[in-house]
Amino acid sequence: MSLEFTSSEMMSVTAARALTNDMTCFVGIGLPSEAANLARLTHAPDVTLIYESGTLQTKPDVLPLSIGDGELCESALTTVSVPEMFRYWLQGGHISVGFLGTAQIDRFANLNTTLIGDYREPKVRLPGGGGAPEIATNAKEVFITVKHSRRTFVKDVDFVTTVGFGRDGKARDNVPNIGRGPTVVITDLCSLKPDPETKELVVISLHPNVTREDVIEATGWDIRFADQLETTPAPTAEELEVLRALKARTHSHHSGQQ
Amino acid sequence: MAEFLSLQEAVSKHINNGDTVAMEGFTHLIPFAAGHEIIRQEKRDLTLIRMTPDLVYDQMIGAGCAKKLIFSWGGNPGVGSLHRLRDAVEKGWPNKLEILEHSHAAMACAYEAGAAGLPLAVLRGYVGSDLPKVNDQIKFIECPFTGERLAAVPSVRPDVAVIHAQRADRNGNVVIEGIVGIQKEVVLAAKRSLVTVEEIVDDLGASVNACVLPSWAITAVAEAPKGAKPSYALGYYDRDNAFYKDWDGIARDRETFQAWLNDNVFEKGVA
Repeated sequence: MSLEFTSSEMMSVTAARALTNDMTCFVGIGLPSEAANLARLTHAPDVTLIYESGTLQTKPDVLPLSIGDGELCESALTTVSVPEMFRYWLQGGHISVGFLGTAQIDRFANLNTTLIGDYREPKVRLPGGGGAPEIATNAKEVFITVKHSRRTFVKDVDFVTTVGFGRDGKARDNVPNIGRGPTVVITDLCSLKPDPETKELVVISLHPNVTREDVIEATGWDIRFADQLETTPAPTAEELEVLRALKARTHSHHSGQQ
Repeated sequence: MAEFLSLQEAVSKHINNGDTVAMEGFTHLIPFAAGHEIIRQEKRDLTLIRMTPDLVYDQMIGAGCAKKLIFSWGGNPGVGSLHRLRDAVEKGWPNKLEILEHSHAAMACAYEAGAAGLPLAVLRGYVGSDLPKVNDQIKFIECPFTGERLAAVPSVRPDVAVIHAQRADRNGNVVIEGIVGIQKEVVLAAKRSLVTVEEIVDDLGASVNACVLPSWAITAVAEAPKGAKPSYALGYYDRDNAFYKDWDGIARDRETFQAWLNDNVFEKGVA
């Protein structure tokens, strides 16, 4: 059997599989939110999803457009204030995984969501840090999902909004009370993990029908591949069905509103 | 005790040119009606503080109300850029805009410290980030007990706080329901506060642990039905996500933005 699927679907399904039932996940908006809810609706029904708007253990029926849509609050176990969210729940050590997207990522998994170019005279001004700088250091580990392109995967980010492993791969060394940082990066082409020693991102698995050349072409540095390079399992019929239904519900919900 | 005023009177009386103004509402309960009244009254040189500038500050910045913005995430949630904010930062239109940016955690802590009457907030934050290099308000201190290096930021103490809430009773006590965000902290941190509400009722109907601001902690209350649209007020109306998407096209160029502003703000007066 061979199912038709897009590279975006492959990315969401793979990102969803990274989450397990026992995790408490602080969810970023966009791709991470799609993946996290797909996990909840498939193999991880009890995964705890938390959004920075203060909604704890939320179970939205459609994907929120913003991190504070009413749907998140109404389907949550409870809703706390934003200071409580960041101080007690995140900084207090209750989050096992932070799930983030980004505009730029570099070889040490540093994330840039601040700007392209020079800070005082930006070529492109991006939204900024939001919750990410502290999610990345106070969650026990971090998953990142982002589309793979040369514009996004750069050797060195223009600005470190959110630390992965720093400019030299050593930013977390000897820092007390800090999480492990990024443990996996999932793109529409492959999955990457930091090298245990150098912390440089290494491709560990290619998605079906993706070649090494595709990844090299879409990466702004001399990307390395694991010796035991795997092929990511293709999406199952169930995963695709649930993902497509979720996206269809979401689309009709957000366009139909007045 | 809070004074009941019309929105027009409240903005006129309590928001002055040059003030530091924090208009909060974390995606929910964003005080759009008050923002539009500030635009109509052509307030200028405001230092605007807000964790998520959202469309309300995009509109106020594009209308020329702001000289400085203190924020932690300046996008159109789930859609993309705030084009008026970008135009001001990248091209200085309609005027140069100074920015000072934080992370959400730091701003949340800074509001909380402001409400607590403290000069600074301390957090385990900004580790490895370049933000401290471009924001001189981010410092690091050593914990006197453990020696741990921690981030410190000054507390937020605005001249005026502006929030929207569901209801006030006839004494001016206010209840906030749903995503309460930073609403309580910003009011308590500010020298003056203006709360717009969906309705004024005999009985707040607040449960024992509800988020309630007593009348004596608020400066002014103004009734502004649908005052958070296109954001939302839980229990009253939903977020107009279609408008948030449309805003991307409206705000992308100066002419369509100005036409929108004329038709929907200047020519519309207080509802």
